[in-house]
Amino acid sequence: MHQFLQQVFSGVAAGAIYASVALALVMIYRATDLVNFAQGEMAMFSTYIAWTLVNAEVPFWAAYLITLVVSFVGGMVIERVLIRPVENAPVLAAVVVTIGLLLIFNSMAGWIYSYTVQDFPSPFPDRPLFGALMTTRDLGVIAVTLAMLVLLFVFFRFTATGLAMRAAAQNPDSARLCGIRVGRMLAIGWGLAAAIGATAGIMVAPVLFLDPNMMGGVLIYAFAGALLGGITSPVGAVVGGLIVGITENLVGTYLIASQLKLTVAFALIILVLVFRPNGLFGTAIVRRV
Amino acid sequence: MAPILELRAVKAFYGQSEVVHGIDVAVEEGGMTVLLGANGAGKTTTLRAICGLVKREGEILFAGKRLDRRTTEAIAGLGVAHVPEGRGTFVGLTVEENLRLGGYTRRSAAHENIQRMYGYFPILAQRRRQQAGALSGGEQQMLAIARALMMAPRLLVLDEPSFGLAPRIVEDIFTIIERIRREEKVSVLLVEQNASLALELADHAYLLETGYIVTSGSAKALADDPQIRRSYLGY
Amino acid sequence: MEGRITAIAPGGPAADRYAGLSFTAWRWIGTLALIAFVAILPFRLSNYHVFELTMVMIYAIAVLGLNILTGYNGQISLGHGAFFAAGAYTAAILMHRYGVPYWATLAPAALICFVLGVLFGLPALRFEGPYLALVTLAMALATPQLLKYFDTWTGGQQGINLAKPMPPPWLAGLGLERDRWLYFVVFVVLLLAIRVAANMLHGRTGRALVAIRDQPIAAAAMGIHTARYKTLAFGTSTLFTGVAGALAAIVVGYVSPEGYSLFLSVSFLVGSAVGGIATIGGAIVGGLFIQFVPNLANDISDAAPWALYGLAMLLFMYAMPRGVVGSLGPLINRAMQRIQQHRAAFDTSAEE
Repeated sequence: MHQFLQQVFSGVAAGAIYASVALALVMIYRATDLVNFAQGEMAMFSTYIAWTLVNAEVPFWAAYLITLVVSFVGGMVIERVLIRPVENAPVLAAVVVTIGLLLIFNSMAGWIYSYTVQDFPSPFPDRPLFGALMTTRDLGVIAVTLAMLVLLFVFFRFTATGLAMRAAAQNPDSARLCGIRVGRMLAIGWGLAAAIGATAGIMVAPVLFLDPNMMGGVLIYAFAGALLGGITSPVGAVVGGLIVGITENLVGTYLIASQLKLTVAFALIILVLVFRPNGLFGTAIVRRV
Repeated sequence: MAPILELRAVKAFYGQSEVVHGIDVAVEEGGMTVLLGANGAGKTTTLRAICGLVKREGEILFAGKRLDRRTTEAIAGLGVAHVPEGRGTFVGLTVEENLRLGGYTRRSAAHENIQRMYGYFPILAQRRRQQAGALSGGEQQMLAIARALMMAPRLLVLDEPSFGLAPRIVEDIFTIIERIRREEKVSVLLVEQNASLALELADHAYLLETGYIVTSGSAKALADDPQIRRSYLGY
Repeated sequence: MEGRITAIAPGGPAADRYAGLSFTAWRWIGTLALIAFVAILPFRLSNYHVFELTMVMIYAIAVLGLNILTGYNGQISLGHGAFFAAGAYTAAILMHRYGVPYWATLAPAALICFVLGVLFGLPALRFEGPYLALVTLAMALATPQLLKYFDTWTGGQQGINLAKPMPPPWLAGLGLERDRWLYFVVFVVLLLAIRVAANMLHGRTGRALVAIRDQPIAAAAMGIHTARYKTLAFGTSTLFTGVAGALAAIVVGYVSPEGYSLFLSVSFLVGSAVGGIATIGGAIVGGLFIQFVPNLANDISDAAPWALYGLAMLLFMYAMPRGVVGSLGPLINRAMQRIQQHRAAFDTSAEE
């Protein structure tokens, strides 16, 4: 029983990271109707920027803040320069562009920073809690993820820009008629997603160690979590991410054939989706005939 | 008095096809001008051209500024409020959120503006926290007009406000439009298929047929014109 | 002035002809010339280049399968590598364990992959857009794991080695050795695949599929049995990709789990997009892209070759968002229409 609880809790910790990346994916999907397959690699690249700063004796929190700002701006620039040309193109073209971005970021990180695995400091001390069920670091990660969710909620509900972004995503033409610069809203959406991703990467790096391929597996699970929760729902992203983390851990622990972990985990997730094809919190895509 | 809006030799396109072929229109400041015409005449496309939602050529002047070179957002910022065909409501957002969005360019005065809108449209105050998509057709039209007024516009552009509405509601809406024109001192450009009602209220009228202006003049002159009475007014 | 409605082939004796021959005749000449060119090519190239071109054709068949699903049906699949693997391993196991001759493995591979496609197509119908992407992604991820797990059949991590087939003795005199012979085998299958795809997609089935893609509710209201057609599309799509996989196993002579990773599925999708998803010619462009661009990127840069591959993807999508054939096709059609219209005007004015 103790082992079961322990696996559940450590699954929650892993799930919190998947949830953060899933939040970023949902953010971009709501703003631009697109799944950003490069989200993981962008997060990894941001983490390398933070690492460079930390290595240059910049204090951790200052490094984090600078990385956040750089990532935000970077995300905005990527949207305006690299995604905008395929905004009105078929969806597949935009998908291929994000796949290309994935390769570019991954390759550039390897080229600039090499493929040597690096250490990365965590701001949270790593002490056991609740009789070794969790560590303070796990708790820190979960707290950060929930904090991001709350901040996003407040942003969308109570700020003018948040409202404008929701409007621009729902009905771009009407938004323009209200004087909203829709292009800028899209850019801000990507900027926010990049900042969220950077935060996720910085939380992952102490655990998985920093190397260019760090986020590959994370992205796949985050994608599954985002869809499980409902690709249009931020709350769903967090819930989905946590469920995926727990499932992954339990399957890994209790499944005899450990080589099939990924297969079984995904099979379970898809089984849920068969009964809820739009995710747990997702809304069906209503189409006018 | 100089016209607040002038179109000179304006062409407008639906996709790649030219559907409006070089028209001249003027809206007097403080007045109401109506664009009449059957389905497919190019009325909606003309309005969309004014707001930069479709490809256009020619000169579009608003209070001396060229609109034909500006983006939709910029045009809205100048004080042109467009209530599009089909209302363009943000159906997934609440009534009050829709109004706040209308006031996006005038956020400092948002609160008083919203109260004023509730004064014109009490039913909206009742439904302020409801999803806009749950409102009836008439209520959505009122919401769309209120949203446009939130930006304290100098020119209100209305595309078929009577569309799909019961006759009594249509009368209410037109009464409100006339009241708004007087109290808010806003110029109105109206597109309507419901010609008789529109001609009662308007000062000037243009008749559009397959992308060309075939007649123009004072609203009264057009209402008395026997040809128009037969084709568009039904008697 | 009388209004004239200019149709595609307007009245006028020479309107649909060019230099004395009809456009249809020109199309036939062009096709035959192309086939002749492709047939002569292997005799003028080294064995390695012949092998590369054979792989291009194999990828083209695989991408053609994906086009049937994605392009004409609007469903995005991230998992076609799984069916490629299924076909490859079917062929490999039949040849290795049961001594089946290579040419007899194609039909079983096709059948098995068709059945797998129908089986997956049925539940997949519930999903749309990114959700379908997830389900197919899962297939792609599961493939290497399953292949390693069932190692008694698949040879596990080591894979299966296959003997490369020789040309049949009755063709000995033609100077065809192994690589060239396989080139022609694959070429014949490619031509067959194109013919089948064209028949299917330009006929009733194709129109039904496009209807389902663009207006599913209207299509159902018209009596098109949506579920049946979508499943059929899935099954046919996986059949094509499975046959390609079998051919790949035969040509390369080796199968192993590493070769059928997520990257392969993604490559097919990218190839399909670059060529043009709803086209047949685009599949060939896609095959060329998949085979040559990564190698080219490697030649140009040692340090960050994948960055160049990614950059190539971006540039292709910016320049031709509907793919090479998807973007150039309409341009060529418009040019041909203009030639016809000019000729019509010329002829009618000559009559006066």
